[in-house]
Amino acid sequence: MNLHDPRVPNVQPRTGTRRVPPTGIVARVSAIAIHAHALSKRFGDLIAVDAISFDVKKGESFGFLGPNGAGKTSTMRMIGATSPISGGELIVLGLNPDTDGPTLRSQLGVVPQENNLDEELTVHDNLMMYGRYFDMSRAEIRERIDELLDFVQLTEKRDSKIQALSGGMKRRVVIARGLINDPDLFILDEPTTGLDPQARHVLWDRLYRLKQRGVTLIITTHYMDEAEQLCDRVVVMDKGRIVAEGSPRALIDEYAPGEVVELRFPIGVLEEIGGQIQDLASRTEVLADRALVYTGDAEQTINTIRESSLEPETVLARRSTLEDVFLRLTGRSLVE
Amino acid sequence: MATPLSLRVVEAEARVYRRTWRGSVASSFLNPVLYMLAMGLGLGALVDANMPGGIDGVSYLTFLAPGILAANAMQTGATEGAWKVMGGIFWAKTWHARLASPISIEGLVLGHLLWSTGRVVMVSVIFAVVIAAFQVAPLFESLLAVGPAVLLGAAMVSATTAFTVRLKEQAGLPMFFRFVVLPMFLFSGAFFPISQLPNWLQPVALITPVYHGVELARSIVIGAPPAVTWWISTAYLAAWIVGFGLLCVKPLRKRLMP
Repeated sequence: MNLHDPRVPNVQPRTGTRRVPPTGIVARVSAIAIHAHALSKRFGDLIAVDAISFDVKKGESFGFLGPNGAGKTSTMRMIGATSPISGGELIVLGLNPDTDGPTLRSQLGVVPQENNLDEELTVHDNLMMYGRYFDMSRAEIRERIDELLDFVQLTEKRDSKIQALSGGMKRRVVIARGLINDPDLFILDEPTTGLDPQARHVLWDRLYRLKQRGVTLIITTHYMDEAEQLCDRVVVMDKGRIVAEGSPRALIDEYAPGEVVELRFPIGVLEEIGGQIQDLASRTEVLADRALVYTGDAEQTINTIRESSLEPETVLARRSTLEDVFLRLTGRSLVE
Repeated sequence: MATPLSLRVVEAEARVYRRTWRGSVASSFLNPVLYMLAMGLGLGALVDANMPGGIDGVSYLTFLAPGILAANAMQTGATEGAWKVMGGIFWAKTWHARLASPISIEGLVLGHLLWSTGRVVMVSVIFAVVIAAFQVAPLFESLLAVGPAVLLGAAMVSATTAFTVRLKEQAGLPMFFRFVVLPMFLFSGAFFPISQLPNWLQPVALITPVYHGVELARSIVIGAPPAVTWWISTAYLAAWIVGFGLLCVKPLRKRLMP
């Protein structure tokens, strides 16, 4: 990947709707970046990942969605060859992570949940040190550092210590570090958790560029907007299982079509009027702090509410999101 | 083909060390100078006045110098083995980051042991130069005594690392220094012959690595044969290095590659 190649097209054609052939056949076909079949991870009695199957195509941007404890990170670590699989089959870039760990890791880029940079060293030294782990020459790494710092917009921070950087900047250093070896597969575990909205948008922009350049991205997140922005395809995980799979749009169309009217009521009121809300539409959700009404026509629903005896404090109409998909699939809210 | 990746770990540690090397080297000089002055000359004058024949036939300063050289190497080994590992797996978690690269657990452990032993070499060579400057022994013999001191230091690097990677809580480490490292430093023959210890404690001193390192270093400086045949002590220390080194791998894998 040349980050400065002007010939790189702005838009990469996608084949998002084409289904991957059944498992087993495609494992070693070069168009497949990751093949997992009945993949499991157990820690003692705890089943963190429960026989999940999926395929990721090369060049695809693939998301794992789910709340904390859904098994996303365990799956990432198995793909990244830093955690042995407990059962099933997993092939990453044509290699077996359990037996070809070092070879596989030399072709991966990883952005872990925690930054784990050396805080007392400079940005340059962190990147140089990491490049050396991949047995690259110093000259090669120096060139790469210039390129990457330009890419993550941190050129002027080259000689700053990590501890002097903001959270968003540290995250970008970790992204640059993950790209030092020009990986074929880039694994990001909650890349923007804990960042402010502006820092998140900067990161999304950089990741979007990587995606356009054909790097295969694997992203875990519990932010729905992040998945909608970045992922061609997502799987929704809950309690170690995959509960849905598809493009963000397709999932919304299937599980939460149309629009959502969000109603907020004074504390204590919701319990009493839950039944009344259920009569508003064929699908409603009464949560702790608000009620959601799924509808094909928000305007009409709002009119109906106005004419009823309901007296919500606020009424908000919006398009449904992956958050609503998750709620529909699990009956629980995603963040919190 | 490629340089073994454990050497890349050594290189990385050297890069980290480069940030603080001046202070580190300065204290490596100051430390033995203070010991020589306070214990060797100050306390030594009293000891020598009470022991006309000297200890083992030499002045207290001469008795003490190779002993502290070795005991200091032991402390350095313990310090490196402890806090580097703590930072790598508990605090900055830089060891997690390393393992996302092609480096294996074995390479990581080996690199860590090599670098830490390198630190013991640095500290001990400086110590030997100070000993020679105090005219306790010729420079050549002082430097020869660095050999067993480093062996002892490396044994402690392995043992402390094997201990630290098993820790569930960080609080275990200060306890380790207070109840294992410090007593070994004080009671394993560096400051006084272990024959001064109560009878029941002498066998305990005998199984510490410090005793063997101290005896070997002292025999080189004094020019008398050690209490335990040199190759037994050497083999004993080597067994610590290899044995505890191997014992680092499994718990570290369990912790970092669960």
